[in-house]
Amino acid sequence: MTDSAAHLDKHSFVELGARQRAKALLDAGSFRELLDPFQRVMSPWLSRQGVVPQADDGVVIAKGSIAGLPVVIAAIEGAFQGGSLGEVGGAKMAGALELAAEDNRNGIPTRAVLLLETGGVRLQEANLGLAAIADIHAAIVDLRQYQPVVGVVAGSVGCFGGMSIAAGLCSYLLVTREARLGLNGPQVIEQEAGLEEYDSRDRPFIWSLTGGEQRFASGLADSFVADDVAQIQQQVSQFLQKGLPEHQRSRQAELFLQRLARLDAEPQIEPATVRDLYRGERS
Amino acid sequence: MSSYSLRGLHWFDALSAAAKPVTGLPASLKVADGALGDQPVRFISVVGDPDNRFVRARNGEVGLLEGWGLAKAVDEVIAADRDQPQKRALIAIVDVPSQAYGRREEALGIHQALAAAADSYARARLAGHAVIGLLVGKAMSGAFLAHGYQANRLIALRDPGVMVHAMGKASAARVTLRSVEELEALAASVPPMAYDIDSYASLGLLWETLSVEQIEQPTTADVARVNECLVQAIGDVAATGCDLSGRLGASNRAASSRVRQLLRVQW
Amino acid sequence: METLSFEFPAGQPPRGRTLVGCVGSGDLEVLIEPGQAGTLTIKVQTSVNGAEQRWQHLFARMFDGQNPPAMAIDIHDFGATPGVVRLRLEQGFEEIGHD
Repeated sequence: MTDSAAHLDKHSFVELGARQRAKALLDAGSFRELLDPFQRVMSPWLSRQGVVPQADDGVVIAKGSIAGLPVVIAAIEGAFQGGSLGEVGGAKMAGALELAAEDNRNGIPTRAVLLLETGGVRLQEANLGLAAIADIHAAIVDLRQYQPVVGVVAGSVGCFGGMSIAAGLCSYLLVTREARLGLNGPQVIEQEAGLEEYDSRDRPFIWSLTGGEQRFASGLADSFVADDVAQIQQQVSQFLQKGLPEHQRSRQAELFLQRLARLDAEPQIEPATVRDLYRGERS
Repeated sequence: MSSYSLRGLHWFDALSAAAKPVTGLPASLKVADGALGDQPVRFISVVGDPDNRFVRARNGEVGLLEGWGLAKAVDEVIAADRDQPQKRALIAIVDVPSQAYGRREEALGIHQALAAAADSYARARLAGHAVIGLLVGKAMSGAFLAHGYQANRLIALRDPGVMVHAMGKASAARVTLRSVEELEALAASVPPMAYDIDSYASLGLLWETLSVEQIEQPTTADVARVNECLVQAIGDVAATGCDLSGRLGASNRAASSRVRQLLRVQW
Repeated sequence: METLSFEFPAGQPPRGRTLVGCVGSGDLEVLIEPGQAGTLTIKVQTSVNGAEQRWQHLFARMFDGQNPPAMAIDIHDFGATPGVVRLRLEQGFEEIGHD
């Protein structure tokens, strides 16, 4: 196959909406949506603030199978309100993970895949978004005792705020070159810490620190794949079949404290410093 | 006068007066093992550290060392008590102005450090430890997610300085393209957007609110009152289980319950 | 934000239902479901105020004298241009037609 033919053969995952992404990952014909948009379980808070709601509140919950394994997918629609999580969308994701954990306690090995395109808490629903995210964290840690929870940050919104913590709790995390992963959005850091510290308009700088390639090279993600439906599907499927990881990244406090102790925190940091510090003894 | 809040430190000192300090953790963490009645507990607080190696985390923010350090402080308890019939309770004293905002923090994966803290608190809960969050000051955003929000009981002191929110007022105003005044007016009519503790309580997320005499520097009576409430909270956890379902049920959080009911039916 | 309602004479309800689009910047979400025989109803929630006439004209051009299926159309609009609105509606009609 020529290069251009290979290029044409690729199907972008990033360009898909949340529902299409979920369909693309599940075994053909197995997609079944819960609380679909026609049920109109919408945000009770947006309309009263003069903000147009979306019928699914920006979160798609779908059950189905991947490689024949029972799976629930929670996919965030990045195009709606920046993928922000409000009460309903947050409860959909938390509730689905809670039911998946309950399945496992009842002998059904349901796994979860989270498609994360989100700026974090939806500020119009502030404290209810934050509470929902705490519930999501709790549910990931619970489900993860039994079966893998696979996080995917494909792009183009990236994964920020409290949901970047959720990404950090996943059993496996998959990123693409289009992904960004970080706790604080660039503009907020610039506002809080100043332009010297973080120039939110310097895109190459932002990507060099928080882009998918850098996160993978620093061991803060488990897989770096092209923006291609088939490749992402294959990698997610592999993670689901692999079972629980040998080392859960969020359980390595001692290791990371040792690494941070070795760092000279005085000079401002470079991407290469992070890769050297974290990659050296990747287990 | 310090540039950062001392509430967390003062409440930690007062509550853990008879407890044994735990060493080997970052200086921005105050941790001590003690008891409430015959219940063993570990008190944990994040405090300002003007000498913090990470300059963006010197005012009590939860940063890299704090996230991973909290995880370590909690993991120690889970491991040490694994075979104990009586598990230590974890008391998270919460006075956290924000997560740390900085280049080093993002580059080194502060999200992963905070995930580690949330992970450990959640696992402690699942392992049968009572985890109690005691809000004595600010409980903001990512900092609260890492330190306190995985508690199975949240207790807040009634004071204007005790507030839970996703973003500080000034930043929230800028991000939503409103003035601080507009934001405050809106917040007054939309409970989840409000900054005061009564509005927060209306969401059903708190187990209890308590009034004290001196929030900045607790009196003996204040400490006795809070201790009593902590003991009750630990007892309540023992009686009703380790999940977060106690946070559901308020009318201002009705959609969270309804979504779960519908999901269950359609599952 | 404004909520608007429109009605047009129609034929029989379609069998299927469909959703197209998303409430993203410059876009809209269109939910199409079977309605009551004889009437096409449209409900619009839009972020752009004062555009009722524009919606009316757009729908009139599409439906007047066409005897469309009796659909119940629900629109959540986030500042889409008339061109995008028409595109999404046509996309939705096509998907209904395929069912």
